[in-house]
Amino acid sequence: MNPAEVNASSDAQISSEVMSDLPMAADHHHDEAGNSMFGFIVFLLSESVIFLSFFAGYIVYKTTALDWLPSGVTGLEIREPAINTVVLVSSSFVIYFAERFLHAKNLWGFRFFWLLTMAMGSYFLYGQAVEWRSLEFGFTDGVFGGSFYLLTGFHGLHVLTGILLQTLMLGRSFIPGNYDGGEFGVAATSLFWHFVDVIWIILFVLIYVWQ
Amino acid sequence: MTNLSVDATAQVGQPLPGAPNNWKRFFSFSTDHKVIGIQYLVTSFFFFLVGGVFAMIIRGELITPEADLLDRTVYNAMFTMHGTVMLFLWTFPSLVGLSNYLVPLMIGAKDMAFPRLNAAAFWMVPVFGVILMASFLVPGGPSQSGWWAYPPVSLQNPTGNFINGQVLWILAVAISGVSSIMGAINFVTTIVRMRAPGMTWFRMPAFVWTVFAAQIIQLFGLPALTAGAVMLLLDITVGTSFFDPAKGGDPVLFQHLFWFYSHPAVYVIILPIFGIFSEIFPVYARKPLFGYKVVAVSSLIITGLSGIVWVHHMFASGTPGWMRMVFMATTMLISVPTGIKVFAWVATIWGGKLRLTTPMLFALGGLTMFVFAGVTGIMLASAPFDIHVNNTYFVVGHFHYVIYGAVVMGMYAAFYHWFPKMTGRMYSEGLGKLHFALTLLGTNLNFLPMHPLGLQGMPRRVASYDPEFAFWNVVASIGAFLLGMSTLPFILNMIGSWVQGEKADKNPWRAIGLEWLVSSPPTPENFEELPIVVAEPYGYGKSEPLVANADKLEVAHESR
Repeated sequence: MNPAEVNASSDAQISSEVMSDLPMAADHHHDEAGNSMFGFIVFLLSESVIFLSFFAGYIVYKTTALDWLPSGVTGLEIREPAINTVVLVSSSFVIYFAERFLHAKNLWGFRFFWLLTMAMGSYFLYGQAVEWRSLEFGFTDGVFGGSFYLLTGFHGLHVLTGILLQTLMLGRSFIPGNYDGGEFGVAATSLFWHFVDVIWIILFVLIYVWQ
Repeated sequence: MTNLSVDATAQVGQPLPGAPNNWKRFFSFSTDHKVIGIQYLVTSFFFFLVGGVFAMIIRGELITPEADLLDRTVYNAMFTMHGTVMLFLWTFPSLVGLSNYLVPLMIGAKDMAFPRLNAAAFWMVPVFGVILMASFLVPGGPSQSGWWAYPPVSLQNPTGNFINGQVLWILAVAISGVSSIMGAINFVTTIVRMRAPGMTWFRMPAFVWTVFAAQIIQLFGLPALTAGAVMLLLDITVGTSFFDPAKGGDPVLFQHLFWFYSHPAVYVIILPIFGIFSEIFPVYARKPLFGYKVVAVSSLIITGLSGIVWVHHMFASGTPGWMRMVFMATTMLISVPTGIKVFAWVATIWGGKLRLTTPMLFALGGLTMFVFAGVTGIMLASAPFDIHVNNTYFVVGHFHYVIYGAVVMGMYAAFYHWFPKMTGRMYSEGLGKLHFALTLLGTNLNFLPMHPLGLQGMPRRVASYDPEFAFWNVVASIGAFLLGMSTLPFILNMIGSWVQGEKADKNPWRAIGLEWLVSSPPTPENFEELPIVVAEPYGYGKSEPLVANADKLEVAHESR
């Protein structure tokens, strides 16, 4: 068997194991990358509950608070955040292309689309910073101010973490031969990025659409 | 072909800890799950003693009706720290330690899936232990808001300091949460992906099932507490108004987030104890575990139900009537899978050839205490009764029967049962039985009086009380001091036997299980060759082999 075939088959095994939770683990005892990916998915599922808790809190506040919006605030501007949303969600497709290029052993293609993802993520953060600066209410202005900044801020931290991970993975792509055998770090970063995007879609609907 | 080469790399990849007899490995960043397990157990037992001292100070105060021993603020700090230490620094880490030691051995793995993550998770325990203890040194002393830190009490900051007891409490609990999540990811991955050849799900020992079920709870529950803690911390430090009713916040939301984790957390604690019972009864009754598959699956049913019962802690928190009804029903439902287990254990013991060794005595005692706690638990699940005794000593008595009667006794059973495996020495049976007698007597003297006290209306968390409650309080305090003393024969036994106990062979109890097929203590990577499992667990009285390659599991120590 040539190495590429081995990689392809082991990748297929990893994904099939991740999908079903009753595989015979015995054959893959030392499949450390598979373990790592499984563990990372478990971590993301757990992490998502923090967001779900914040979302639940937001819904409770929004439906029960006596004075929801701080005085003088009529609502949130939705146009710029919508553009931001489009950029962030599209970056999920871009990072997918990057992964395909890595899979096809095209490192420069990978780097190009990877860097494009990072640029789109950074643009999102920039747009968020601009929006924060333009708002006339702060973190301590009632439960609305608190939950708005908590949700967007906590999500923003995740975007920032994603970009930092992407920077790391980009740097590691310059180590010769580093990504020849498939790369857990790239796959995990990409999955994390999709996770951050999905969270944002829910967040956008809750905060901006449902006003 | 692949097996050989991959095995070799795995051994190179994991740094071997020091020689098995080198005690210094317990003070190193060892990645051996057995070393980490013992590190957890010893550290958490130290904090058990610390929390026990707090408990005895509390009972010392309550021996008279007046608040005469302690300042009331110190008393508040004492019960807060007692609860926090006992849960976050004793029960959680001790069970994680036991699971750490046993799970890889029981499923036939050489180590946990992520050994370094495992070590990192352990070393957070002393760190947050020190942070929590440091709150005695800050102005205003430790948090006084109880282990549940309800706002608005927890939002008060009378000294005005940025670094205060409550902030340190949140920090400690947060680090504990990170450590637990790291552990949970590790356990779930290990159990799903690292089982030995032939070790199917329904060949796993019941203990592994319970650890799996408990760790899933950590994964879906802890993040909710984390979310609540973050919001609480922001309220205290930044001045947001999430939980402050004076500023439009909702304190009950914190209760929801807190109990969404902290009630299932009870099952994180009790499920591995169920596992211990399921392991110990078959060994000392010489019978297979009755209804093994049902017992195994009922752990997961408990996990599922545990996520939809939390509001029963909040029947008196302005909860609407329909919600009380729903959560009353779900809470009572959870006694079904629990009852299945209890009946399975009774059926296992029934007609068996009982050997009343110390672990068996502790398991029987723990089971009895658990049944008692279960009865009061059903009473508390009923909303009308719960509102009547809400925040009284009845509740305190109930959960101490769970936590001390079942969990601590179950842990003691596990300590004795696996002591020969962990240390290669036998413990002293006489000291063990003395320990059991003191513990059983102390537990009942301490916690039974809390039930009449609660029914008569004595509230919890008070330093002084009406003199009519004096009798039962004196009895409870005597029980508490007895429990304090009961740890002495245990400590003497553990240390003395480890140093100069009789040598134990690999299977002193004639137990069936992978961990009993390797030497005591096992070598650093447990199995020379991975076991090939060919039978279900608990084959007592069947004389069929558990593995196909029993003679190849290990090589002599010297050749390593």
